[in-house]
Amino acid sequence: MTREVLSVRDMVVVFDEFVALNGVSLSVAEGESFGLVGESGSGKSTLLRAVAGLNVFESGTLTVSGKRYEGHRRDRDFYRTVQMVFQDPYGSLHPRQTVDRLLLEPLAIHGFTDVDARIARALDEVGLGSGFRFRYSHQLSGGQRQRIAIARALILEPKILLLDEPTSALDASIQAEILNLLEQARKERGLTFVMVSHDLGVVSHMCDRLAVMRKGEMVETVSVEALEKRAFSQDYTRQLLVASEGFRRT
Amino acid sequence: MTPLLTVDDLRVSFPTRTGTVEAVRGVSFTLGKERLGIVGESGSGKSQTGRAIMGLTPGHAKITAKTLNFDGIDLLSASAAKRRSLRGKRVAMILQDPKYSLNPVMPIGRQIIETLKTHESVSWGEGRQRALAMLEAVQIHDPERVFDLYPHEVSGGMGQRIMIAMMLVCGPELLIADEPTSALDVTVQLEVLAILDRLVAERGMGLIFISHDLRLVSSFCDRVLVMYAGRVVEELPSANLAAAQHPYTQGLLNCLPTIGSHRHPLPVLERKPEWAL
Ligand SMILES: Nc1ncnc2c1ncn2[C@@H]1O[C@H](COP(=O)(O)OP(=O)(O)O)[C@@H](O)[C@H]1O
Ligand SMILES: Nc1ncnc2c1ncn2[C@@H]1O[C@H](COP(=O)(O)OP(=O)(O)O)[C@@H](O)[C@H]1O
Ligand SMILES: [Mg+2]
Ligand SMILES: [Mg+2]
Repeated sequence: MTREVLSVRDMVVVFDEFVALNGVSLSVAEGESFGLVGESGSGKSTLLRAVAGLNVFESGTLTVSGKRYEGHRRDRDFYRTVQMVFQDPYGSLHPRQTVDRLLLEPLAIHGFTDVDARIARALDEVGLGSGFRFRYSHQLSGGQRQRIAIARALILEPKILLLDEPTSALDASIQAEILNLLEQARKERGLTFVMVSHDLGVVSHMCDRLAVMRKGEMVETVSVEALEKRAFSQDYTRQLLVASEGFRRT
Repeated sequence: MTPLLTVDDLRVSFPTRTGTVEAVRGVSFTLGKERLGIVGESGSGKSQTGRAIMGLTPGHAKITAKTLNFDGIDLLSASAAKRRSLRGKRVAMILQDPKYSLNPVMPIGRQIIETLKTHESVSWGEGRQRALAMLEAVQIHDPERVFDLYPHEVSGGMGQRIMIAMMLVCGPELLIADEPTSALDVTVQLEVLAILDRLVAERGMGLIFISHDLRLVSSFCDRVLVMYAGRVVEELPSANLAAAQHPYTQGLLNCLPTIGSHRHPLPVLERKPEWAL
């Protein structure tokens, strides 16, 4: 029996009057890679952000590694367990900070002392090497910035990574490199992934199971194996699958 | 048969403080009433190629070509007034984000009529009829209502269809679509492409479809140019994509994760310096 590390039950997120998540439930096992797909505005980011404490959830429950969390508040344990990588590393990495500062910050907050060794190891792991340590993030390419964002997320040795469209802003060839890097890190560290993407090809490559979201609700959850065999029940899932195959002249 | 558009050895460069950036370095192709795709990664010179044909190259850039000819008109020696009159009337361009092309403070219907009036002497009443017909042609079901809306009051997919309506209302012979659906959800993307496809076929236009998405372009176009570092490294019929010869084209195709292919790790692109020579 695999252990459940992340559980969301009947989660509701409301912005002003707008119900962005309408009773969403999700259960992710230790070591699993779970995908979230759906059109823009369907609530994928809202779900990840509510788990990470960046959005408040009105009702429902959130359990991470057996511990219940509510509202915005997340303790240190939480951030040692869960880290998040966003689509746009421009937004998440301060452009006028050096890579060194960016990587040092989480270590300092959590009271690590062997910072040099950890930073060197983190840079090495994401394939950048120590030559990048004193560059500014605005001097990096999009792919390099995303590598730094991943290094920053991994440096605290979390167990769960929440990945919000981590390659959507990148060229296809750079996407392949970043996906390979993420898979390797998952294998080596036994990580659990929850990954959002609008690209069904990416999600089916990276994940074991996926949930299809629409208008703040989960339409269905299927294994990637079932998706490949077209063994799903919802027409909307079929529409996404057909659309992912490119244009067809009728 | 003389082609609609002939591009021979097109070059676009930008002087900058740190030296000259050569954005387009000798691009050549011809286009008839067909769908031509231009693909390549960001920075490969796709947009600057399209803008040069439109006459929208920034003023400080240097542009040269052995030939840049649209239907017998030498575009590089044509006067600014001549190029303005071509733009919108005979050659039109659709951009990725309608926000940059639609005027935010003018109702949609009026914008379409103004575009029409720039190029043709039509009465308001006739303009309105043609604008409504054009909105219907891009499958806006309640054109009368949308006519009076402002751009921020419509969704992304509808905004892009309105863009198409505005660009096609004068009946251009050549349409350049630069990442026209990249900002849209996949399902909406295909709806918009189907509309574009039908209009291009019905009206007998030449289309240049610019995109970073090799799969999408090849499923939509008859022929594909693959650009790398300002040059065309390969040109091939879409149907023969699988038989691509250039390692860059092959690499672009192979690095895409697809449903059911299970390649772990994904093949990555090994860039060779000689590709950029
Ligand atoms: N902070 C916020 N305030 C108000 N509305 C928001 C906020 N964040 C998200 N929303 C709305 O919630 C819906 C879901 O958004 P999001 O989760 O970002 O969608 P997705 O990631 O699936 O594209 C959208 O309609 C969005 O506009
Ligand atoms: N105004 C400009 N000044 C300097 N360089 C520019 C300018 N516009 C574009 N470039 C450069 O020209 C190259 C090609 O750009 P572009 O045609 O927009 O690429 P693509 O559309 O393929 O992504 C890029 O390297 C870009 O940095
Ligand atoms: Mg999102
Ligand atoms: Mg471009």
